Amino acid sequence: MSLVHEIDYGTPASKSEKLVTLTIDGMKVQVPEGTSIMRAAMEVGNQIPKLCATDMLDAFGSCRLCLIEIEGRNGTPASCTTPVAEGIVVKTQTERLKQIRRGVMELYISDHPLDCLTCSANGDCELQDMAGVVGLREVRYGYEGENHIKMGKDESNPYFTYEKSKCIVCNRCVRACEEVQGTFALTISGRGFGSRVSPGMDEEFLSSECVSCGACVQACPTATLNEKAMYDIGTPEHSLVTTCAYCGVGCTFKAEMRGDELVRMVPYKDGKANRGHSCVKGRFAYGYATHKDRILKPMIRSSIHEPWKEVSYEEAIAYAASEFKRIQEKYGRRAVGGITSSRCTNEETYLVQKLIRGAFGNNNVDTCARVCHSPTGYGLSQTYGTSAGTQDFDSVEESDVILVIGANPTDGHPVFGSRMKKRLREGAKLIVIDPRKIDLVRTPHVQADYHLPLRPGTNVAMVTAIAHVIVTEGLVHEDFVRDYCDWDEFQEWAEFVAEERHSPEAIQQYTGVDPALVRGAARLYAKGGNGAIYYGLGVTEHSQGSTTVIGIANLAMATGNIGRNGVGVNPLRGQNNVQGSCDMGSFPHELPGYRHVAEDDTRVLFERDWGVKLDDEPGLRIPNMFDAAVDGTFKGMYVQGEDILQSDPDTRHVSAGLGALECLVVQDLFLNETANYAHVFLPGCSFLEKDGTFTNAERRIQRVRKLMAPKNGYADWEVTIMLAEALGYKMDYQHPSEIMDEIARLTPTFTGVSYAKLEEAGSVQWPCNEKAPEGTPVMHIGGFVRGKGKFMLTEYVPTDERTGPRFPLLLTTGRILSQYNVGAQTRRTENVAWHPEDVLEIHPHDAETRGIRDGDYVRLDSRAGSTSLKAVISERMPTGVVYTTFHHPVTQANVITTDYSDWATNCPEYKVTAVQISPSNGPSPWQENYEAFSRQSRRIAEAAE
Amino acid sequence: MSHSQTHGEAHDAAHGDDAHSHTSTDDRLVYMANQIATFFGSQKHDAAVAGTRDHIAKFWDPRMRARIAELLVSGGEGLKPIAREALEGLARKQ
Repeated sequence: MSLVHEIDYGTPASKSEKLVTLTIDGMKVQVPEGTSIMRAAMEVGNQIPKLCATDMLDAFGSCRLCLIEIEGRNGTPASCTTPVAEGIVVKTQTERLKQIRRGVMELYISDHPLDCLTCSANGDCELQDMAGVVGLREVRYGYEGENHIKMGKDESNPYFTYEKSKCIVCNRCVRACEEVQGTFALTISGRGFGSRVSPGMDEEFLSSECVSCGACVQACPTATLNEKAMYDIGTPEHSLVTTCAYCGVGCTFKAEMRGDELVRMVPYKDGKANRGHSCVKGRFAYGYATHKDRILKPMIRSSIHEPWKEVSYEEAIAYAASEFKRIQEKYGRRAVGGITSSRCTNEETYLVQKLIRGAFGNNNVDTCARVCHSPTGYGLSQTYGTSAGTQDFDSVEESDVILVIGANPTDGHPVFGSRMKKRLREGAKLIVIDPRKIDLVRTPHVQADYHLPLRPGTNVAMVTAIAHVIVTEGLVHEDFVRDYCDWDEFQEWAEFVAEERHSPEAIQQYTGVDPALVRGAARLYAKGGNGAIYYGLGVTEHSQGSTTVIGIANLAMATGNIGRNGVGVNPLRGQNNVQGSCDMGSFPHELPGYRHVAEDDTRVLFERDWGVKLDDEPGLRIPNMFDAAVDGTFKGMYVQGEDILQSDPDTRHVSAGLGALECLVVQDLFLNETANYAHVFLPGCSFLEKDGTFTNAERRIQRVRKLMAPKNGYADWEVTIMLAEALGYKMDYQHPSEIMDEIARLTPTFTGVSYAKLEEAGSVQWPCNEKAPEGTPVMHIGGFVRGKGKFMLTEYVPTDERTGPRFPLLLTTGRILSQYNVGAQTRRTENVAWHPEDVLEIHPHDAETRGIRDGDYVRLDSRAGSTSLKAVISERMPTGVVYTTFHHPVTQANVITTDYSDWATNCPEYKVTAVQISPSNGPSPWQENYEAFSRQSRRIAEAAE
Repeated sequence: MSHSQTHGEAHDAAHGDDAHSHTSTDDRLVYMANQIATFFGSQKHDAAVAGTRDHIAKFWDPRMRARIAELLVSGGEGLKPIAREALEGLARKQ
């Protein structure tokens, strides 16, 4: 095995369809118009020396190394900035060019440390390579003159160093920060000889605006910006392409290894989701896999008040199986169930739901999509016929108007956020519908054309008001609607939204948004060209989450913004495999492929393949499981890779439910918060240690590749097989590819998917079958999956979670860039440097009226519970609304959230909780009690000698 | 005494009469049925009843349906008319 090598063509590819023919070093070359001569030369394998050029960035033409000669033209132009032209004859290697290049390199090296043997980039340095390429043999200038060689290092960033003495001022890092990431945190300070890369205003990296995405490190041709792991470990010697286990963007990386040690994760340019970019989590935050907290041995205990006892896998599995059997004998077949993990692979998720349906004999299976995007599944399946987003990420490159509602892509989906910002810098218009001034509202070189800062909980009123403007102002794309949608349903809907009570003026009483802004935004979306809607949990996590999704789907149909590139309805999925876990039959009413358990034909298909009779009744959803547990009808649970105690709302109720279980089996990397209530702990396996696939937010199925042996002994799918077999249900798989073959055999949208296909294509987007053998990047082209698109009425119903004298503020929760979900992974990495604790963001006015200063400890109370955390005064909050994250168990933000949920799916209303804030001296009683309980519950008995 | 009970008591002591919205599963089932009925309630009456009935049949576990059927038999306190009609239809169907 060797390193996966990707060719650097020096400049980006041209998208022109017109071809140009030229001659380079005697060879005829045909390339698209607009291609640089440097790239054209590389197309025929002729690598022109370069330092400031790389194909992730636009040409810059500063290093003067890539010079060429063109017959009939004067001078020696830079090949990176010179486009091809019909019939030109180019020479890339002449005596004159050789001399110039050698002279340029001599100047570079005259101000560069000659510590190649001990340099962290030794063997991985383009400057070193170019010195060899141009035949540099001596430096005539000496090293005694003025130079930068003694400049120090900035080691403030936890993951990479900035070694100023090695900077050649090629600007690649500065341009990467601008063009790829879109943060503009880097600049060149000083002038002439004094020029040097500078984060912000000559700040350290950590305290600057740098978001640590790693684009600058990747772009740097020397050791100037280099991973600290390269210092510590050395250069890698082999690599495999794998998929990130963080958010739903699904970035692919070259995992570069030395032996079985991971040296670094380098974004994969051929990755169709990330196109060579990354964020601080995927690029750097993988250290949790080797964190000391990781549990590597199975454990059992008969009571949660006892310490854990380490046992063999055989003993742990046998104990879990005997408990599940005992419970089913005593309380009935439907008294047990389980939760699949959106962090695990498709194959593992598939097996867990198969275990529950096949071995438990019921449909009590659910997944974390319940608490995030279940309304997306419901809303889009009702209106369009498919429980997934309509586009690929590349589609944004053709959008003219981008409407972002209830999403914060630069934090939650940062790599896609960067791609979106790039399109916005190119001129696309932006509408942001969000209570907060999220970064996209105003960030370097991006400013929203409309920001509609609505009150939390009023999405349906807002979306219906936009529809009102579209219908009453004659902005409907009638041809599209007549061709592709049910006309009668459209008319009923149009009549409904046209009612005056849905006008922007009428709904201002709910949303608090200036009607003129709503009208302007509606006109822009309807008539601004390709209109694309991107949304997140700010849409779904409401009591009317499904209604808003339906409303969004209505808008796209009414304006004809569906069924081609640049448009669509795009849910930004939260976890890495939340789309996949839904596809794999993790919902209690659906078998894999979104087919209801009551459909006889579907059930028979699975029964024949699985050799077992299946229940035809829907099972319990996660919140229903807690209710049933409290009521005494649900007694046993198998939870793989989720921390429901921390992530689910109304912690008090969740803990009551978990505490009532007689057998809770938790399979995880760590003793998470849910494991405090567990009786069996099965060690989990990280994504670095197993084979499988993840499916991202654009329905893209991508390989996860095993880089090292599981530190806990088994991949998660192998442990599930052991448990199934101990329950008397045989599962016979030697490799996850065989599980995927079974999925493909049983799921119409996956029939063309196999590991061989993924190996060949890199990735595919479902549906991938006989009708679409190469997958489906954009859905609903020429018609909807369900037939005619279905318009549905969206009556606004205010949530019953209301503010009042006792709880006058609204709390909304979310995530930030450096942390992920419950923080189980990211809290165990250096990412804590950016977010060591959850804080409460509060508007200055709300803080002042309560006597709260920035950094004060405050008590946060709701009708559900109370907690304490530090306040941060922030003008990005509107008055009356406060915000926090749920990344840290010490805070337990979900002690505050309530049991209100979406009418259709029970997705919790995380985004609206009435609260009050008051000064505090320290932790709440809940926090203190929980801390003590948690410490006691995590005890592990010493093994007997 | 379990950990959760300890916290529940602490919570109640702290919050007194400002108790949380749903105190039991029964409350929650009625609330959920009404939410569903409210969504479909914007449609014509027969469609609203059918939509509510089908939604509950499709998404609710048998024990949830059985329990709300019992609540209906015992008067169905708190159920909105469409929810009540839908549940009556569901009971006849099963």
